[in-house]
Amino acid sequence: MENVSLISLFVRSIFVDNMIFALFLGMCSYLAVSKSVKTALGLGIAVTFVLCVTLPINYLLQTCVLGNGALVEGVDLSFLSFILFIAVIAGIVQLVEMFIEKFSPTLYSQLGIFLPLIAVNCAIMGGSLFMQQRIGLDGADPKFIGSLLDALVYALGSGIGWLIAIVSFAAIREKLAYSNVPAALKGLGIAFIIVGLMAMSFMCFSGLNI
Amino acid sequence: MSELFSKKNKEAFTLPLTKDNPVTVQVLGICSALAVTAQLKPALVMGLSVTIIVAFANVIISLLRKTIPMRIRIIVQLVVVAALVTIVNQVLKAFAYDVAQTLSVYIGLIITNCILMGRLEAFAMSNKPWPAFLDGLGNGFGYAKILIIVAFFRELLGSGTLLGFDVLNYQPIKNAGYVNNGMMLMPAMALIVVACIIWWERAHNKDLQEK
Repeated sequence: MENVSLISLFVRSIFVDNMIFALFLGMCSYLAVSKSVKTALGLGIAVTFVLCVTLPINYLLQTCVLGNGALVEGVDLSFLSFILFIAVIAGIVQLVEMFIEKFSPTLYSQLGIFLPLIAVNCAIMGGSLFMQQRIGLDGADPKFIGSLLDALVYALGSGIGWLIAIVSFAAIREKLAYSNVPAALKGLGIAFIIVGLMAMSFMCFSGLNI
Repeated sequence: MSELFSKKNKEAFTLPLTKDNPVTVQVLGICSALAVTAQLKPALVMGLSVTIIVAFANVIISLLRKTIPMRIRIIVQLVVVAALVTIVNQVLKAFAYDVAQTLSVYIGLIITNCILMGRLEAFAMSNKPWPAFLDGLGNGFGYAKILIIVAFFRELLGSGTLLGFDVLNYQPIKNAGYVNNGMMLMPAMALIVVACIIWWERAHNKDLQEK
């Protein structure tokens, strides 16, 4: 039973609650860094990785420190969550950057330029904020996050959903170079329309249930 | 007095409203612009909140600009913005609870809104507080403008109301065969509406077109 709900959470976070197409998280870097498939893949992997590290940490922070009565009986500190979450994210990104630089210079040279960008990527902060909201949900809800494992699976699913979205969009954009677009729509305009059409096609997953 | 409203300062305020719009030209702050525009009311509140936060974050960072060490500036900027967003969030929860519920996490996401970081990096770090304040106001209003246009069309065509009041939901109009387009309320249509705004804007202003 437990495994079924984990798989359901995983699949839902990839397709139904896709970070780009359903929630519009991380749109800015999505539009800016999707000109070639290779860089898109690099950024996608970096986002997935940082999500998987920061989201469980923020989960522990929320349940053990900030939640209602978690630290001191009867005190709800969740109004501090914005500052603490963003501090954790910025700190972890800095740490991850130093860590990768030390132990895997090749990976660092591939991800290097994207890592500072990720600290201010809405997808990372958004993941933590949605996780905070989902802790408060009813246990029977498929969106419910009730344990550290749930949080990790949700982070992995959201990251992979983001990765699929950016890589497929970059692939379309590479082909776009050969098409004849009206002058006023070139670049940004047509990019928006493509994302809109992709979002419509992702809407067919909305009834998905496992 | 004349120095306060010099040409340069005026431009810091007016350019983001037209030629240098944060959403359609600088491509900043798209996430929230798309997500909160299914209705006009949350869009108005969001636009106002972002304007206030950008303006004051600009002033604070501009005052601190000489004391912030370059290496940790991003963290300092994030903490200043996060503090301002927390204040706005608490105020909204106290005085406009239902709107705060609709906006849900998108209020928190103002922290990572690229308009904030973009303006702090590009303007506040190298300018005095007063121009920085005007720049923040201008960019906030430029952002709010796009939000309001998108939300206007989505609410009018999607549910036939404006700010919750019926505009098209009357029997004579319905009898003539008009139906609300539920598609407009879907997230995907926000992207298409923004694309149409960009198209219109660039068709009228050739300088903005990309090669």
